[in-house]
Amino acid sequence: MHDLTSSTALWYASRATGVVSLVLLSAVMIIGILVNRQGRLPGLPRFVVLGLHRNLSLLAVAFVVVHVLSAVADSFVSISLAAAVIPFVSSYEPLWLGLGAVSLDLMAAIIVTSLLRARLGRRAWRAVHWLAYASWPVAVLHSIYSSKDLQSGPLLYLALACIAAVMGALAWRVARARAEVPRAGRVPELMDDPRLVAGGR
Amino acid sequence: MTRKLRVNPIACSGHGLCAELLPELISLDEWGYPVIADQAVPPRLARQARRAVTDCPALALRLAAVPPRAPGRPAADRPGAGPPVTAA
Amino acid sequence: MSAAAANADVAQEDPAADGGLPRLLPPPGHHGDLASHLRIHGPVPYRGSARALIPEVRAAGLTGRGGAAFPAHHKLETVAAARPGRAVVVGNGAEGEPASHKDQALLHLAPHLVLDGLQLAAEAVGAGRVVLYVRHDVRARTRLDDQISQRYARRLDQAAVELVSAPARFLAGEESALANLVSAGTAVPRFTPPRVFERGVEGRPTLVQNVETLAHLALIARYGPGWFRGLGTPDEPGTMLCTLHRPDGSVNVAEAIIGTPLASLVDSRGASAVLIGGYHGAWVPADQVPWLTLSNASLRPAGAFTGAGVLAALPADRCGLVESARVARYLALESAGQCGPCLNGLPSIAAAMGELAGLTGRRPDPRVLENLSRWAGLVEGRGACHHPDGTVRFLRSALQVFAAEARLHLQGRCSAASGRPFLPIPAGPATDADWSSP
Repeated sequence: MHDLTSSTALWYASRATGVVSLVLLSAVMIIGILVNRQGRLPGLPRFVVLGLHRNLSLLAVAFVVVHVLSAVADSFVSISLAAAVIPFVSSYEPLWLGLGAVSLDLMAAIIVTSLLRARLGRRAWRAVHWLAYASWPVAVLHSIYSSKDLQSGPLLYLALACIAAVMGALAWRVARARAEVPRAGRVPELMDDPRLVAGGR
Repeated sequence: MTRKLRVNPIACSGHGLCAELLPELISLDEWGYPVIADQAVPPRLARQARRAVTDCPALALRLAAVPPRAPGRPAADRPGAGPPVTAA
Repeated sequence: MSAAAANADVAQEDPAADGGLPRLLPPPGHHGDLASHLRIHGPVPYRGSARALIPEVRAAGLTGRGGAAFPAHHKLETVAAARPGRAVVVGNGAEGEPASHKDQALLHLAPHLVLDGLQLAAEAVGAGRVVLYVRHDVRARTRLDDQISQRYARRLDQAAVELVSAPARFLAGEESALANLVSAGTAVPRFTPPRVFERGVEGRPTLVQNVETLAHLALIARYGPGWFRGLGTPDEPGTMLCTLHRPDGSVNVAEAIIGTPLASLVDSRGASAVLIGGYHGAWVPADQVPWLTLSNASLRPAGAFTGAGVLAALPADRCGLVESARVARYLALESAGQCGPCLNGLPSIAAAMGELAGLTGRRPDPRVLENLSRWAGLVEGRGACHHPDGTVRFLRSALQVFAAEARLHLQGRCSAASGRPFLPIPAGPATDADWSSP
């Protein structure tokens, strides 16, 4: 009886931390988009926005680690530690759990390169950081399909809200990028006076 | 060996974090780009300067060691400002 | 033709014997063909080992003819330090400066001097790759291709020469932009350090020399540093090519001895001011011209420098501010747009100049001079390349030389009789696609 109880507790812990991780990771995505487009959170200095992005991502990692370890430790469902990092080798829900492993691997790359950012240089760091746009949707799929928790009730709405928020931030980012005046367009119209434009004599 | 802050203007996209972290040395121009004081970073600001370098979202800021200048030589840190200080 | 036979004919038409002009440009009646070139100059005088030529270049005091006037031996020494086969040599014939035609003229009239210089420079630095970077023009390129093939057939060249076309942009000839494009990129400048002589094309030490500099090198290798110093001034020896724009609208390229009085090159009567160097150069008032010579020693105190050798005498009936505004607009459009201060500052400056020049049709805002001064200070030195710096130099000289005109304009008047454009400004929209090799 004792084993069943602690096992169930671990299983619940894994599911709960999973939900929190999803929310945190979504927030990290939104704030990351904000940093990139130089958006501000009202009243907050820019370095605080950046700090928020970093700290929330580290917090998310902490929750993800607990999420993974509790799932592994729990004996209710058999998930090996290997399955947590090697995609698609688990016996329980190989596909959806595997996607979790994919997302975790990508996250690990992103976090490690971010910690070593100054040494790696701009280009290498940026290339890996863009994997976030792969990691997050994969994490979402993993969250929704590896257990039934997010498929109904309040947790479904929570999942949809996270997705909507990140999609909204992404749309805003694309719109801002499109609206940027191209180089040639910055020379204002008044400079199109024919006396200026006509070449030579 | 003194150190100076230098910005890569191509990488810089005007986030402005550096100016928030190090207002004593960095201010922003009317377009949001950093204007860096042309002086060595004083020891009391060294930590903040290093933080500004690592925190720059575009990794555009760097702390460059400036060797003591021989008298009469033009500044070597502005590209093409004068003959380069050749290695040998 | 055997080398012996070629050498036998040299004595008759030896520029060393003549001691005067022209040196680079062929004597009248001769064209840029290989046979004439070999008859006058003989084959390429290779030294047989790397670096051997460099002391002679140093003794000759050859400086770059691309605008920066950097001592040529300095670059050669630095690049020659690379291990054999590593270095890259690029002959820069992009001539992004619209007012300058000297490089195109040289490549048309004396291409083999340039190609000789390229070979000699390649030998001197132990180059593994040799490139000639030229302004895109189908006919000129075909001609050069042909000339390179002829040399190859006669086994004159030790190194194979690649022809790379430069886009028609002002910054195409900037050395980091050039290295960027030759490395299969776009001709936009990169952040330095490292300079191209440390890491340039494909990350290799790259020697970038203007084609005119290479032509002078080819002559120094044949006739010696003493000969080279026979003309010019002790500090600035030799000759240089100039593009002369006369008030009547005629343009021609001439080879002049450094130190020549400007008055003998450009007639400043009928002109209000002369633009010296190019669009990154400076204006000087016409009445100063009689006191100036074609040398940096004479021009620097007047706020100018020889630069790309452009001498444009602005007709007295034109408005210097209008011309300067046209140039400022062009320079703003030619920004690579990579650096915030340049991308934002140059259009602001161009717009303000246009306003001051009276092109908005309204009286200029009284703060326009103050704004110009502020923006000039804000963009200077804050780009990855010298485009903002050169633009500011040009602008400041315009505001100084045409100060009286500016005062008139602020009152809503203009002293010019004609609004006809004078300085050559390429027409056409600036697009991002125009930065790659055509």
